[in-house]
Amino acid sequence: MNLRLDGRTALVTGASRGIGRAIALQLAEAGAKVALLSRTEASVQEVAHAIESYYPGQALPFVGDVAAPQLADKVVAQITQLWGQLDILVNNAGITRDTLLLRMSEEDWDSVLDTNLKGAFLFTRAALKPMMRQRWGRIINISSISGITGNVGQANYSASKAALIAFTRTVAVEMGSRNITCNAIAPGLIETDMTQSLADSVKEYALQRIALKRFGTPEEVAYGVLFLCSEFASYITGQVLVIDGGLTTGI
Amino acid sequence: MNQEIFERVQKVIVEQLDKRPEEITLETNLAEDLQADSLDLVELAMALEQEFDVTIGEDEAEQVRTVADAVRLLTAKLGAENE
Repeated sequence: MNLRLDGRTALVTGASRGIGRAIALQLAEAGAKVALLSRTEASVQEVAHAIESYYPGQALPFVGDVAAPQLADKVVAQITQLWGQLDILVNNAGITRDTLLLRMSEEDWDSVLDTNLKGAFLFTRAALKPMMRQRWGRIINISSISGITGNVGQANYSASKAALIAFTRTVAVEMGSRNITCNAIAPGLIETDMTQSLADSVKEYALQRIALKRFGTPEEVAYGVLFLCSEFASYITGQVLVIDGGLTTGI
Repeated sequence: MNQEIFERVQKVIVEQLDKRPEEITLETNLAEDLQADSLDLVELAMALEQEFDVTIGEDEAEQVRTVADAVRLLTAKLGAENE
């Protein structure tokens, strides 16, 4: 056995930056054909070109909002039409609208829940159809340690990420009989645009508490995704893999 | 029983549950004879919706145990549409 994904096809949402970009590149490097979805055309094209320059014919970019009506069904239909199958779905698209709960608007709440949770629901439902037919599927939901511990200013974000964990477990038990596994990854503080915007004092405080004394890289999250997509993880389902350098491990 | 509707239902079951046409008669019980589980039945209902361009409610789908039940339900739905 090895970590190769030759002959597999994957769809990664939120693939233009940060963790999603690293996941898309990692899956392509492992041999999978990778469909990419992002709201920003220029950046999704950039990632597609980056993949195509090393692995010709392995990238397929899509532009759209994960929570938009009918988008998931259209994207999945196009992938299965072109590539004949869809084996791996990575629900990675996520946004933050951080503010204290007292100041949080309904719009802050709805937009985060729509993208982070409803988007995952819509894409999972669409992807299950080909996966059930194939009797093979891997679904990876990118949650967060915020969904395990809670975090000041992230009532919306942490609620969405905690919900993704419960969603993961339900998909796992509903779909197990079809050889479809569903797992979540809960990254800690990773070097991305999302954590770039954190206040220096927050970063300093976090660094003291991270056992490994550094932020993680997007690639270090992507390795976890690759493992869960590989044959090595064939008997793992409904689990949460925390990749946080030990941030939530101590007291 | 409407023969044309039966044949279309039979075709959908053959494709969806990976069975041979001769295994499917009006008396065939989906769960007991064809070993269809709850996911199979949901998938089958969705495939029938697509084939016949109708909507089948969850409670309606739950009443369908045999192929004859499905043919009866679809005949009623198509009849109601044509009136």
